[in-house]
Amino acid sequence: MSDNKKQVVRKDAAWHELPVGGIIPAGGTAKEFKTGDWRTIRPIHDREKCIDCMFCWAYCPDMSVIVEDGKVVGFDYDHCKGCGICAKVCPPRVSAITMVPDSEADAETKKEEEAV
Amino acid sequence: MSVVAKKHRIALTGNEAVAQAMRQIHPDVVAAYPITPQTEIVQIFSSFVSDGLVHTEYVPVESEHSAMSATVGAAAAGARSMTATSANGLALMWEILYIASGSRLPIVMPVVNRALSGPINIHCDHSDTMGARDSGWIHLYSENAQEAYDNMIQAVRIAEHPDVKLPVMVCMDGFIISHGMENVELLDDKVVSDFVGSYKIDHPLLDIDNPITFGPLDLQDFYFEHKRAQAEAMVRAKNVILQIGEEYAKLTGTKYELFETYRLDDAEVAIVVIGSTAGTAKVQIDKLRSQGIKAGMLKVRVFRPFPYEEIKQALSHVSAIAVLDRADSFSSIGGPLFSETRAAMYDAEKRPLITNYVYGLGGRDINLAMIEKVYQDLLEIKDTGKLKQYVNYLGVRE
Ligand code: SF4
Ligand code: SF4
Repeated sequence: MSDNKKQVVRKDAAWHELPVGGIIPAGGTAKEFKTGDWRTIRPIHDREKCIDCMFCWAYCPDMSVIVEDGKVVGFDYDHCKGCGICAKVCPPRVSAITMVPDSEADAETKKEEEAV
Repeated sequence: MSVVAKKHRIALTGNEAVAQAMRQIHPDVVAAYPITPQTEIVQIFSSFVSDGLVHTEYVPVESEHSAMSATVGAAAAGARSMTATSANGLALMWEILYIASGSRLPIVMPVVNRALSGPINIHCDHSDTMGARDSGWIHLYSENAQEAYDNMIQAVRIAEHPDVKLPVMVCMDGFIISHGMENVELLDDKVVSDFVGSYKIDHPLLDIDNPITFGPLDLQDFYFEHKRAQAEAMVRAKNVILQIGEEYAKLTGTKYELFETYRLDDAEVAIVVIGSTAGTAKVQIDKLRSQGIKAGMLKVRVFRPFPYEEIKQALSHVSAIAVLDRADSFSSIGGPLFSETRAAMYDAEKRPLITNYVYGLGGRDINLAMIEKVYQDLLEIKDTGKLKQYVNYLGVRE
């Protein structure tokens, strides 16, 4: 299935190799399309504050809130577009999500890596 | 409306003949909105539905934009789908015409040619379908009700052919053909249903076990490739049209090609024409021939794809050509058929002199005297070797 998907969306396909009429002849192919690189700001989750109300999970338009065993554990940054809806719907008294510019977040990650 | 027997000769208007063809083709879905002069087609067809003569799902939509949208949806779902329209109705479909062809859906649509407003007019000219000439649809034109009927049946096979997968407009002149009563030979119902077969689509939307995405966003990285493929389908359509024409000839004895020629083989002067005017021209050509004038005609049946190579060959021996356009393109250099024919003749070894006559706008009659005048002009052009002007307006008050 995933081989088929890859073939369907092969970026270098010539015009006569594509499915007729611009259809995508397979399901769930949005997974292959990394919308995360559209993002300029990203949500950062504070596990300590989170009450697992699932508002963010329900509202996220990109299904990018990762939940395991009924608990929010983070975000799928490959697909999260950084719209900030999750941060907006997180109850104000909880405020477990902060939106941070991607550039800052990247610099932070780099620092941490260097420290290690 | 009675159900006809095999090769039954019956007096029908063009609209009735097309409605009969639709009954015999028996599409799964027809979504349509009435507009003069097409109204009768959908009215008669809807009575076939209510009388139980066809089991088509008939969708009486609220506009032509919806008619074409519903037809696109039905065709993508896997249903053989049709609609019908005229003039401003076609104009209202515009956005979806391109979606139908770009999505490669084999929709068949009779279009009863009528002048586009404004000023408002309900009578025949080709401004409606000629305006849609770059919409990616195949365009078949008919000279009379018989041809409209025959084109409808062939159109289904052309549209659905695996090499093509493009929508087809079957055009006929408003009122002149749509409301004129003629003898038409209809095939037996079974012969038609065997000829058209059943509609099979590779990836129908209703196949829930194999989900697909239909009509996804198609940006800089893929849109161009899809358009390139669409262009190729139009190129391939030419052979398919000829092949289906031959197959149909086996049933009826009448051969449909890309165009019809009339006394053209040894003609010195010729006209190029589309639609019902060809019938009038044939009478005038016979008259001129009896006076020893070598007059001929080429009647275009397939306008899209435009058979430029075949037309070039068919006209290469003619000294002077007049192209008759029942639509102006307002390019300041004549009508659309003129542009195409002139471009086709550019590569001819001996380029003929070609002039254009825009005629019949808004249903203005064209008669034998007018066609005779065109031939007289052509004889003068042939003798002097000079064109007076590229564009002439035939039948307008000067
Ligand atoms: S920022 Fe938007 S896309 Fe990303 S996780 Fe939050 S709601 Fe989803
Ligand atoms: S909305 Fe806030 S509190 Fe609720 S689950 Fe998401 S992060 Fe946790």
